[in-house]
Amino acid sequence: MNITGGLWPYVVLVLVGFLPNEVWRMLGLVLARGLNEDSEIVVWARAVATAIIAGVIAKLILFPSGGLAGIPLAVRVGAAVCGFLAFVAIRRSVFIGVLVGEAALMLGGFFLSH
Amino acid sequence: MTVPDSESSSTAAVFFAGMRSALTSVFFLVLAGTYIGIGALAHDFGFAVWWLALSSIVVWASPAQVILISTLGGGASLFEAALAVSLSAIRLFPMVVALLPLLRGPGTRTRDLLLPAHFTSVSMWVESLRLLPGMPRERRIAFCNGLSVAYMSTAVTFGFVGYYLAAGLPPLFAGALLFLTPMSFLVSTARNCRLMVDRLALGLGLVIGPLFVAYHVGLDLMWTGIVGGSLAYGIPRLREAVR
Repeated sequence: MNITGGLWPYVVLVLVGFLPNEVWRMLGLVLARGLNEDSEIVVWARAVATAIIAGVIAKLILFPSGGLAGIPLAVRVGAAVCGFLAFVAIRRSVFIGVLVGEAALMLGGFFLSH
Repeated sequence: MTVPDSESSSTAAVFFAGMRSALTSVFFLVLAGTYIGIGALAHDFGFAVWWLALSSIVVWASPAQVILISTLGGGASLFEAALAVSLSAIRLFPMVVALLPLLRGPGTRTRDLLLPAHFTSVSMWVESLRLLPGMPRERRIAFCNGLSVAYMSTAVTFGFVGYYLAAGLPPLFAGALLFLTPMSFLVSTARNCRLMVDRLALGLGLVIGPLFVAYHVGLDLMWTGIVGGSLAYGIPRLREAVR
């Protein structure tokens, strides 16, 4: 697909990005009265959504594009593990998890890439 | 109780209080980092910078934007991209369902809730559920809109930063920027896991996703969601039933 020229990318953005995403928000707006957060279908839907996000995370780390592909696989996976462990160990802080993961990636990439 | 003669100025004040609250929360940093990563990703896949800015406003969900950029940029069909985006957005449905009862007062019209529904995303949702209950009901929509506008502006701004940083950076730094998205998703998703179902879904998705890619399963993200999510939902209930 040509993603750089003319109006077509913006048409695609509306049809493939905006509408399929927004439909769930509008459905929530319409049906907000009926369901509560702990009903079974909502728990299942959240599990499916979480698994999809996990799949995206794994793909971005294991099969990266661009600059990240230049950093060895073992460094990418090791850095993600370091960041996650730091998050678990230090007050479940997202900030610290990301900081430690990034530091591990930079150090590993610096010493092991060349 | 609203004070009629000062209503408009107090609405503006509440809106700005929402903005201030957003810019001093931890999500300001998380969003900045995430959108620097998404900006770099959009640059690497060859999207225009204004396309990225517009996508942050109309899609306004970082997982959906990452999926959109990586599937379209990776040459997937429009149908597969739309399906993957829509499946990732299912989580927005229960979030909206949980949020709107907090915002709705006796005189609230449905169209007043259109913007908050569109603004619903992980960062705004977590902060709203934390802050709104301690606030007078008639101020909540304006506060929520202020919070969301500040978060969205942060995303658009740092999308530009990431996009242009990725263009002129040494490879190691470009790699580190692209790593921000999966790293911040991993820890922020893990933090939102309150139940065993959520933890299992995260763990199973991390394992099943790459397996489906390695075995060239079509629509791999959709199947990761359905298989991983259903297993995560079923396993604790099955154990409960067997016991």
